[in-house]
Amino acid sequence: MSFQINKLYYGDYGESKNGAADISTQQTNKAEWPLWEVFIRSKQGLDHKHVGSLHASDAAMAIENARDVYTRRMEGVSIWVVESKHIHASNPDEAEALYDPANDKAYRHPTFYDLPDEVKYM
Amino acid sequence: MEQDFEKIFQDKVDREIRIEPKDWMPEKYRQTLIRQISQHAHSEIIGMLPEGNWITRAPSLRRKAILLAKVQDEAGHGLYLYSAAETLGITRDQMYEQLHTGKAKYSSIFNYPTLSWADMGVIGWLVDGAAIMNQVPLCRTSFGPYARAMVRVCKEESFHQRQGFEILYVLSKGTEAQRRMAQDAINRWWWPSLMMFGPKDDESPNTIQSMKWKIKRFSNDELRQKFVDVCAEQVKVLGFTLPDKDLKWNEERGHYDFGEINWDEFWQVVQGNGPCNKERLDARKKAWEEGAWVRDAALAYANKKAKQKQAAA
Repeated sequence: MSFQINKLYYGDYGESKNGAADISTQQTNKAEWPLWEVFIRSKQGLDHKHVGSLHASDAAMAIENARDVYTRRMEGVSIWVVESKHIHASNPDEAEALYDPANDKAYRHPTFYDLPDEVKYM
Repeated sequence: MEQDFEKIFQDKVDREIRIEPKDWMPEKYRQTLIRQISQHAHSEIIGMLPEGNWITRAPSLRRKAILLAKVQDEAGHGLYLYSAAETLGITRDQMYEQLHTGKAKYSSIFNYPTLSWADMGVIGWLVDGAAIMNQVPLCRTSFGPYARAMVRVCKEESFHQRQGFEILYVLSKGTEAQRRMAQDAINRWWWPSLMMFGPKDDESPNTIQSMKWKIKRFSNDELRQKFVDVCAEQVKVLGFTLPDKDLKWNEERGHYDFGEINWDEFWQVVQGNGPCNKERLDARKKAWEEGAWVRDAALAYANKKAKQKQAAA
């Protein structure tokens, strides 16, 4: 006889069916508003930084929603939104080939060079 | 090959390197996260309903503004979490569908009714207090988007708990009737709040997976004990009591001992037989269905504008 004890932690309330195994992550729904990535400048002089995403029917609505969702406590002075399908990303599987060449070039850093102690302000 | 990936994945987790959406991950890890994050999001969304009940009846403009802001935060928390779940490949509409059909669950605590104004105080103090106790460790969970969403949630949650305690503190200084109302609310919410931490820890071998993947960092019972210890002290400040005759400081353990939780009630509520399960889900479905024309109209308008722009170009 075999039986399964399901362990549920906080925030995990189980499911009536067999876990999430039958969640399809392929289908797309035409009626769903597109997904937008949101970038916020927290104050003048700083870069816009990615904060999350949201759904909206167009760019104007995306900015208004971003205001409500991501800046309720004065977290931003400027918002960028980009439809998620327009984001192109590097492939994490190629991370090694992409970034390793920078690894063995210590001479690109100032600490690589031995200078006499008498030299000041350099 | 699969095994190599799995080893690299576990190695990253062990070294506290966050997993990002495009990284390879075991399918079971993805599914566990989708389930947990989406249920967490659903809890925030359903969690607006018990408190929404009191917005129009808040006793002052100050309290009303605070309650509105709190409920709006909860909508925000739901949206942060939905967007984190979407990075795992599930769509928003699929998650809604799982909620509306009852396939996905949400926290059992929101299936209890809010009968008096004092309930707003107790929800802030105990329900949000229990949530914070659970959510703070989730800020270091192994999946990057989930951890980042939780950092935002935790930053905002502290005000929720403090405003709740303040409501109770004011009532504790009030009339006899107000004090009775507050004590009654504490009596009704204390045990369901303890149930929020989930079932007791057991020795099942299945228990370790979430820990090994560092989705979870503390067990349900560890967090529950911490919560009891904190609340047993805080309730003294209010001059009220917690409804547990077995609650007693245990010098040897350095913790409070507390009574047995009614797990039968917990499972009944989880399985849909709580006092408000049907009402909550009906309210949610009604909002979704009656909002359909707005969603369609907005999309039709956006498409029309895009076409006009194309024609003009």
